[in-house]
This record gives sequence, C-alpha cells and structure tokens, in this order.
Amino acid sequence: MMQKGKEEKKSFTCHGGMQMTAGQGYQNEMEITFDAISDNEAFARVAVAAFVTHLNPTLEELSDIKTAVSEAVTNAIIHGYENIHGYSRSDGGRPADEIIHEGKVTIHCVLDKDLLHIDVSDQGIGMEDIDQAMEPLFTTRPELERSGMGFAFMEAFMDELEVESAPNQGTTIHMTKKIGVGDWIDSEE
Amino acid sequence: MEQISTEDFQIIDNCLMIRLPEEVDHHRAGYICENADRLLMRDEVRNIVFDFENTRFMDSSGIGIIMGRYRKIECFGGRVYAIHADRQIRRIFLISGLNKIVEVLE
Ligand SMILES: Nc1ncnc2c1ncn2[C@@H]1O[C@H](COP(=O)(O)OP(=O)(O)OP(=O)(O)O)[C@@H](O)[C@H]1O
Ligand SMILES: [Mg+2]
Repeated sequence: MMQKGKEEKKSFTCHGGMQMTAGQGYQNEMEITFDAISDNEAFARVAVAAFVTHLNPTLEELSDIKTAVSEAVTNAIIHGYENIHGYSRSDGGRPADEIIHEGKVTIHCVLDKDLLHIDVSDQGIGMEDIDQAMEPLFTTRPELERSGMGFAFMEAFMDELEVESAPNQGTTIHMTKKIGVGDWIDSEE
Repeated sequence: MEQISTEDFQIIDNCLMIRLPEEVDHHRAGYICENADRLLMRDEVRNIVFDFENTRFMDSSGIGIIMGRYRKIECFGGRVYAIHADRQIRRIFLISGLNKIVEVLE
C-alpha cells in the first residue's frame, strides 16, 4: 500500500512552487477511464507520459513508458473487448457491419517519489493461461497480424510486470518503473 | 492529429516506399496496411522501404505491419528496408527480432 506522507498530493494538477525532488516523500495519483476504441490509444499513453514529466524523465524513459502503456491499452481494446480494427467510432472507412463492443479501459497511476506504478485494467474476456499469453510470439490473433510481442515489450521497457486475469473476469496489468535513472542506452553504446 | 496521405505510398522503380506517420500504433495500422497492400498487388513491386523519418512512436502494431508486408513479398525474393529509424525504433527491431528481417539503412 502507498504510504500517506505529509507532502502527498492527489490530483492531476501540480501546484507551482513545489520542488519535486526525489526522496521527499512526494506522492501523486491519477486515474483515467475511457472507451475501449482505438482513438484513445494515443491519448492514453500521452496522458501517462505527461503525468511524469516534472520528474525530468529522459526521452528513452518517456518512450518506454508510452510503448508499455500502448501495449497494455491496445491489448485491452483488441483482446479484452475484441474491438479489433484500428479505426475510430466515426471513421467512414470502417465496414458498416462492424460491431463496436461496449467497454471501458482504466489507467491508474501512482507516483511514489521516483517510482511510477501503472495499472491498466479492463472488464473484458480475460485470459485462461497467463504464462502462455506472456510468451514472446504467442498470439491468439495471428489473422489480425498481431505479432505476440506486446508482453515482451512491457517486460523490456518497464522494471516490473504483473498480470492478473481470469476468463470473463477481465484483466489488470501492473507495471512499475523507476524514473530518472538516466540514459542507460548511451552508457551501453 | 497528423494525417497520412496517399503520397506517403509511392512506387519508385521496383520499391514500394512507405512514409510512416508520426505514431505507428493499432489505430493507424489498418490504414497503412490497406494502402500498402493495394500497391503491393502491382507486378513491378519487389521490395519495400519503410521510411521512419516522421515517426516518433511505434509499438508492437508496427512489428505486425512490417511482418505482414514482408510475408507478402518474401516468396518473390523481396526484401524489406528501414530508413531514418531512430534509436527507439532500432531498439524495438532488436527486442522483437525484426532486425533479422529488416535491413536498417543509415
Ligand atoms: N487484456 C487482455 N484481455 C484478454 N486477453 C489478452 C489481454 N492482453 C493480452 N491477451 C492475450 O495475450 C496474448 C498475447 O498478448 P501480446 O500483447 O503479447 O501479443 P498480441 O497482442 O497478440 O500481439 P502484439 O501485441 O504483438 O500486437 C494475446 O494474443 C491475447 O490472447
Ligand atoms: Mg498486444
């Protein structure tokens, strides 16, 4: 559980003047819920990236977070609710007989000092075998040209990944990443 | 949000050049694949060049787009190239193993 420090804050807005230095017990929390349609994929990852900007993340860290969020949100939309085509509700190009299944995706973020916790959840069809689903290249949707790399990216780009799911019980993806660790790619090269 | 136009899909000699949008995700994948596949049906097209010059974001949907197009040309000996791929895109190629299929040009 999150500890409730003196300087804890619980809102989207960052009040000016407060120093967001790590190690001061800083906490911040946000939650967004949106329709499970592909329009919202870009919005979702940008919202999470914006939530951590005051920690001065590197460009790599921001890319990592965006990709991981995009994977989890896209999975909720495509697999959880089976809204499989990448178009918007209003898109004229989409086949007339195509059904958009109702559903919401929720992203809950907690920033605990420099540690970002992200939960992405849906109330969709869920998964029978989580271990199998997480294997690289495993996909139940090869016909949609899914490559089965989503979980592999979440694992590679975040520090921790945990999946909670059961058939018809929905899915929650827990991810954690330390922000401000630096540009490890540079040091690698 | 940025638009993709049909000018982003061009045939030059035996290459289909695809200029990818700023963000390559599931939302845009359908549009990219439809346009690419329409042109891939032409006889003269043998290779594909994906141009990442404008691309600032890509997730696993991009892997699916590239793999899917590759499968359509590999039987005729076609090749897939990537140009202007930044560090993050190259990293995604590496993690997914796509660098074994895509030749990244400087
Ligand atoms: N939210 C979810 N609800 C139900 N099933 C899911 C969910 N997320 C993932 N899965 C299952 O896990 C499998 C693997 O997911 P992963 O993201 O690794 O690959 P993919 O989505 O199939 O392909 P890619 O992400 O490369 O486009 C999916 O094919 C699907 O069967
Ligand atoms: Mg996926």
